[in-house]
Amino acid sequence: MMPGGDGSVVTQEPGSPGAHAVRPSGRLPSTFTRLMQRDGVAALTALVLLLVVGSLLWPSFHSLDNARNTLLGNSYIGIVAIGMTLVIVSGGIDLSVGSVFALGGVIGVYGNNHGGVLLAVAMTVVACGAVGLLNGVLVGYFGLAPFIVTLATLFGVRGLVYQLTNAGATTASVPSDSTFAYLGTGTWFTFGVPVFLAIGLYAAFHLTLGRTPFGLAVQSIGGSESAATLMGLAVRRVKVSTYVICGALAGVAGMLQAAQLVSASPIIATGYELQAIAAVVIGGTLLTGGSGSLLGTAAGVVLLGVINSFIVELQLDSTWNNVVSGGFLIVVVVMQRLLNYRRST
Amino acid sequence: MTEALAVRRSDIDRAAVSRWTRDKGVYVALLLLLVYNAFFTPRFVNLHNLNVQLILDTRIIVVALGMALVIGTEGIDLSVGAVMALAGGLLVQFSGLPAIVAIVLVLVVGALVGLLNGTLVAIVGVQPIVATLAFLFAGRSLAQLLLQGRNPSIHNSAILAVSSGSFLGVNGLILAALVPILLVAFTIRRTNFGHRLLAVGDNARASFLSGVPVKGTLILVYVISGALAAWAGVMDTASITSANALSSGLNYELFAITAVVVGGTPLTGGRVRIVGTVAAAVLMQLLRSTLIFHSATDAESQMVTAAVIVGAVYVQRVRAKS
Amino acid sequence: MTFSTDPGSPPVLEARGVNKEFPGVKALDDVSLSLHKGEVHALVGENGAGKSTLIKVLTGVYPQDAGQLFHHQVPVTFRSPGAAQAAGISTIYQEVNLVPTQSAARNLYLGREPRTRLGLIDFTAMHRAARELLDEYSIRADVEAPLASLGLGTQQMIAVARAVAIDANVVIMDEPTSSLEAREVETLFGVIDRLRARGVAIIYVSHRLDELYRICDTVTVLRDGKLVHTGPLAGLPRLQLVATMLGRELLAQTKRHSESDEQSEGPYAEPVLEVRNITRRGVLDNISFAVRPGEIVGLGGLLGAGRTETGMAVLGAQDLDAGTVAVDGRVVRAGSPSASIAAGVALLPEDRKLEGILPSLSIRDNIVLAALPRLSRAGLVSDRKVDEVVATFMKQLHIRATGPDQKVGTLSGGNQQKVMLARLLCLNPKVLILDEPTRGIDVGAKTEVRVTIDELAAAGLAVLLISSETEELVDGSDRIIVLREGQVTDVLTGDRLSEDELVRAIASVEPDTSEEPTDD
Repeated sequence: MMPGGDGSVVTQEPGSPGAHAVRPSGRLPSTFTRLMQRDGVAALTALVLLLVVGSLLWPSFHSLDNARNTLLGNSYIGIVAIGMTLVIVSGGIDLSVGSVFALGGVIGVYGNNHGGVLLAVAMTVVACGAVGLLNGVLVGYFGLAPFIVTLATLFGVRGLVYQLTNAGATTASVPSDSTFAYLGTGTWFTFGVPVFLAIGLYAAFHLTLGRTPFGLAVQSIGGSESAATLMGLAVRRVKVSTYVICGALAGVAGMLQAAQLVSASPIIATGYELQAIAAVVIGGTLLTGGSGSLLGTAAGVVLLGVINSFIVELQLDSTWNNVVSGGFLIVVVVMQRLLNYRRST
Repeated sequence: MTEALAVRRSDIDRAAVSRWTRDKGVYVALLLLLVYNAFFTPRFVNLHNLNVQLILDTRIIVVALGMALVIGTEGIDLSVGAVMALAGGLLVQFSGLPAIVAIVLVLVVGALVGLLNGTLVAIVGVQPIVATLAFLFAGRSLAQLLLQGRNPSIHNSAILAVSSGSFLGVNGLILAALVPILLVAFTIRRTNFGHRLLAVGDNARASFLSGVPVKGTLILVYVISGALAAWAGVMDTASITSANALSSGLNYELFAITAVVVGGTPLTGGRVRIVGTVAAAVLMQLLRSTLIFHSATDAESQMVTAAVIVGAVYVQRVRAKS
Repeated sequence: MTFSTDPGSPPVLEARGVNKEFPGVKALDDVSLSLHKGEVHALVGENGAGKSTLIKVLTGVYPQDAGQLFHHQVPVTFRSPGAAQAAGISTIYQEVNLVPTQSAARNLYLGREPRTRLGLIDFTAMHRAARELLDEYSIRADVEAPLASLGLGTQQMIAVARAVAIDANVVIMDEPTSSLEAREVETLFGVIDRLRARGVAIIYVSHRLDELYRICDTVTVLRDGKLVHTGPLAGLPRLQLVATMLGRELLAQTKRHSESDEQSEGPYAEPVLEVRNITRRGVLDNISFAVRPGEIVGLGGLLGAGRTETGMAVLGAQDLDAGTVAVDGRVVRAGSPSASIAAGVALLPEDRKLEGILPSLSIRDNIVLAALPRLSRAGLVSDRKVDEVVATFMKQLHIRATGPDQKVGTLSGGNQQKVMLARLLCLNPKVLILDEPTRGIDVGAKTEVRVTIDELAAAGLAVLLISSETEELVDGSDRIIVLREGQVTDVLTGDRLSEDELVRAIASVEPDTSEEPTDD
């Protein structure tokens, strides 16, 4: 998030999962520890610090151009990370999102060229939601390990994408003046349309996760599946729903990127599952499930984007990006563990 | 209180069938595939082709051995592919040294990565997925930085001999995989550590109460996985005679997990199937080749892979329930 | 004690002839129970008696194999805990079964959240309602803080508040006070009185006799999955109740351990195990004792009295706030079972499945697990030595199996227990701690295990025997230390080493103030 960018990512709404216990009760070690334990606060703090430092060091860092590029470039992975947050908060994991992302692009382009933008969106949501449904049913009803099920669909769906595109031999493209292309290439107030779509989805799912019974059920199942069952929640159905949402969102993200590139690539988005997981974890969501916030995830996504900008500004090789992100991930999880130790003692 | 197991007969039968499928399925599938190829794929079953198929598979086998040990403790190691790439990059740096020194140094670095992973898992208590995910990111990029975007060739003939050499007519890479297979199988069957590894994976609390050093055992498992991945990186680099930070070991974590799972090692720990893992790695490679021989696309072979993985975990699940 | 219960009225909830079997165990055998409006019904029994299973059947967690449930006299089948809750049957579990990562308010209203006009959850209303609800029960807690940050007692009270707030007509409480402090217990009793007055029927599971006598109207006693007594609690002497729970006829005099006298007369031997003032807040309170070679010391007391924790402390697997454990006069480093094992301590854990066996490994691997360092050289396991040891113990302990390679998970309970014993014995220990050594194994195996224990003591081992079975303790021990709420309350020796005395000691009845034991 750049200074001057849309503030919705950094604003904390009252009653959000990120704000429900800021009131000090004196039971916890310190206000600082407690504050840092809040989902996403640590990521937001790091983000703000990086922005301040970056702005002081380089005038170009401060620029609107940089903000535009960073936000647009990260809006796709940002949308993927929304679904990943839901799945992880419910106690699962989805490794198939990268492949589903590619599928979304291919299906979206096909739909657009065979009936227009509405068909494109509908087909993408249905097809990618169906992959999520498969994942969800295998996990929720057959009791298979999420890690392995989605590893299998990672392979299977990538294969399907190659199949649909004759192994990339037929590259479907869309007219660059079509409505579909506008979804990816258009701008509002000089910012790319995907940025606004991503922010809109974040707002919608922020409400869903934090303020609806479904969202509370997702959090509770991740917190303690047995307790949720004993409290009478529809555990299986909720689990399946998280995978369906995750699949559909990954597909929509892929469709948007295809719109920006005005063509679908079958090899796109390999490794997105790991980037999305990293963003979610850096955003303060515990991989063990049970709590998490989309504000944190948004901060995590933007933070990884800003680290990238830093590396560009420092004129370092762009490969440093992954090294720094990996190091950052370790620091974050170790901090989480240490804070949790304190919480439990 | 009655001691008789009150299990109905049909349950016993089904449990027996699924246990048999889990234990022997991979060998039967491998055999069927070979028989099929013998009849329906021209020039498939001959010594030369089988040799080629095996050589293609050696690196996955080596990585999968380490993965099998980690999964035996209910863990996972996502960093293996990145360690392979890093090993290649380092091998180039060290290639001026005597081959044995260079290789040992590379293995030590792989072991150190494992030490980092293991410490995060056993001491800090980070979940294996996240602990090893971090190095998956960082490792390959470190390799790229080492190589500065180039793919330098290796001229140290002693290092290249890992791939190009042969002994008694057996290809160097096959020997390079055979040695770790035997070492790991020996470790599991005959060493104190091997017994403890399985005990920790089966019931960590019971192991702790029996005086097993649970944390040390876990750390060592990741160290071994890191060293094996580094060895696979050496093999890879030697076989293509140059280091490639982008492609070496790419997605190997996924291939290795597939081999381990299809080979019948349960994700719930307590059991490590070395021969099954090796057979599964060979099976997956043969399956891919067979499909491609029969002009299936790479796409179709990936989808078949997916189906095989789900089938394998499904069979395991039935057993876990019974 | 108030009596608003009306036994003449039709029961609110009734179970008739319920059977429930798990592989190898008949958990409930023809158990019936009826619960009336405004009644507080005590459900008691030792571990494995079937209380938890009965509760799970009543609340839709498990389906019963046979028998029928009636709710307001209508036959019902609850397919899930949700269905039982919808019918107004609410449960408070022993371990707090709420979501630790969520706030108190969310836990209270999970599944029935107040909504705004937009359909979103109205957190303001939820927090207000939660505060009011907790105020009503005098629970002081930040309703917006994650549950895990609150004390266990507070969490338990929140579980109670949730259970009650769901318009329940039946509330089942499974040891609700085990994590509560005295003040909180009083608050809970206040809540129970109010519920009773409102006509809610309550099933109350507890081992604390004082509590039962204070608030319960009726009592049902289960033992080994069977109903052994049901009736009004008032007028039932405490001693009689304990005797029924433990399955001891009061007049039955059992001879105490015949060899024990000679053994304990050997006053010259130095104690091999010395436990000094071990203390863990809320668990163990300043416990000290010593065991000599060849001596079998029993640890008695009801569930939760601190027996298992004492055993774990000796093994170094229980965190201590104070106190030491010494073997052969040397203090053993706390917190490390491997150090204690090296010093000569071996422990047979209470929960064989969770803490003992390695189910998917072979008999051989299970037996040698703890002794691996002794059976290997330079990290290599000596197959010859292992085979020798395994063969010896399989023979000595009569382990019945297809061979040393059979997986332990497929053995019967008795044989699993013998494998566990073999694991300890091949360590050649000086101190043997046996926590419920004969639980869940058949009669034949029980006898074998008991004989083995006697032989071991005769061979000079110091044995600490933990058991819920009075007969086992009295027959098997030279001396019995009685624990209650983490404290040593009595030590039985000599003439007092009888089941009568033990039952009295556990029930905390002084012999001189005894109620007539044969009255009821």
